[in-house]
Amino acid sequence: MAYVTKSPWVIHYDGSSCNGCDIEVLACLTPMYDVERFGIINTGNPKHADVFLVTGSVNEQNIPVIKQIYEQMPEPKVVVAVGICATSGGVFKDCYNTMGGIDTVIPVDVYVPGCAARPEAIIDGVVKGLGVLGEKKAGNYKAAVVQADEEEVEVQSFGETTDDTAVATDKEEV
Amino acid sequence: MEFNITPVMIVSALAYLVLGPVVGCLIAGIDRKITARMQGRFGPPILQPFYDVRKLLEKEPVTVNNGQDFFVMAMLIFMIITGCLFFIGENLLLVIFTLTTAAIFLVLAAYSSNSPYSQLGAERELLQMMAYEPAVLLIAVGLYMVKGSFNVSDIISGGPIAVLPLLGIFISYIFVLTMKLRKSPFDLSMSHHPHQELVKGVTTEISGRSLAAIEVSHWYENVFLLGFIFLFFANGSILWGVIGIVAILLLYFLEILIDNGYARVKWQLAFKWCWKITLICSGVNVIVLYFLKMYNLV
Repeated sequence: MAYVTKSPWVIHYDGSSCNGCDIEVLACLTPMYDVERFGIINTGNPKHADVFLVTGSVNEQNIPVIKQIYEQMPEPKVVVAVGICATSGGVFKDCYNTMGGIDTVIPVDVYVPGCAARPEAIIDGVVKGLGVLGEKKAGNYKAAVVQADEEEVEVQSFGETTDDTAVATDKEEV
Repeated sequence: MEFNITPVMIVSALAYLVLGPVVGCLIAGIDRKITARMQGRFGPPILQPFYDVRKLLEKEPVTVNNGQDFFVMAMLIFMIITGCLFFIGENLLLVIFTLTTAAIFLVLAAYSSNSPYSQLGAERELLQMMAYEPAVLLIAVGLYMVKGSFNVSDIISGGPIAVLPLLGIFISYIFVLTMKLRKSPFDLSMSHHPHQELVKGVTTEISGRSLAAIEVSHWYENVFLLGFIFLFFANGSILWGVIGIVAILLLYFLEILIDNGYARVKWQLAFKWCWKITLICSGVNVIVLYFLKMYNLV
């Protein structure tokens, strides 16, 4: 068994998010959700991290930052795109300054759509990411896209969820 | 000074080597659980520190330079030597000096990389050492004045109970303990809980196996530091042995409470508090003890 799945340390980077998803990521650490019961710790240090949580879309200015954080993380590592902006660019997709989702810069393993992604969906995404971490450790990981459960995702916001999941499903087909 | 190795010594050294990390790991796990409960959370499993270390051993080794790995391993080895010397009942001064050597190797490991976070962390670590080292030496002086020996084996096997004549020194040891255990008001060189002070201070550039070695040496160190409390209560009798162990548990709970009750302080404040409180408490204690001994009152 890979111990990496029992002690995933997370680093969180805000691409160009509106802070909606960031607040939800931090909400996971509160007594209400308490991700430390899974051994998850929020570190500020890429060299100690196993899971890279990115919120917000990518723009020209944060490409080198995202790349550098990703490269500083020792293997095995997993990238979780949190929120619809990190997944595909969301409503900012066609903006002149936006590149799109995180997968335009670094390989993403788990997409957690939502605006904002709810803490339950984020935890589910990270737990899905742990599966990928275990596979990567075992060495039989085939760059497959893992997506958070649709039931989980559908609970997440008020009416717009259908659009978000649709985008994410498109990704899976690609 | 003659040095006789007895079978008891070998057994205690081996027991510390094997049981030290086991006990230290459980203490760290229980610490995290109690901390979580104090914050109204469920908390990680008791074995979480063990999972963390196993994970770190599995990670890809990334080192900024070879010197760093050497210094970290030297720290671990000196920490183990410190604990072994203590638990086989060797000279207290020797124990304190090897402990300082271990701490210095951690500072060297941090200084060996050019990361500003790691360098600042190392500077803070040195300042903290400057703050608590005089107090640590005064503890050894006080124990000598009461027990008439620097040898740990003599201190625990007889003589008066040290905690009453050394009350001031005991208080300053609690203060030093908060710093050495890296508990909250003084975790300014390598934050344990929120993981955000200077990124991760001293350990910013240390990852994978080296970080696991640091974690394991903390387990060894914590067992040694908590074992040190026993010196203040031991007089060879079983009753005071039990009281000593209860005191260790209570003090560790107090440390967790302090950890959760205080925000991190600036290094200036940590330094001033440490010198004022430890030097006044233990200085006055040593002077009073000196005069009491002069008139044969102790």
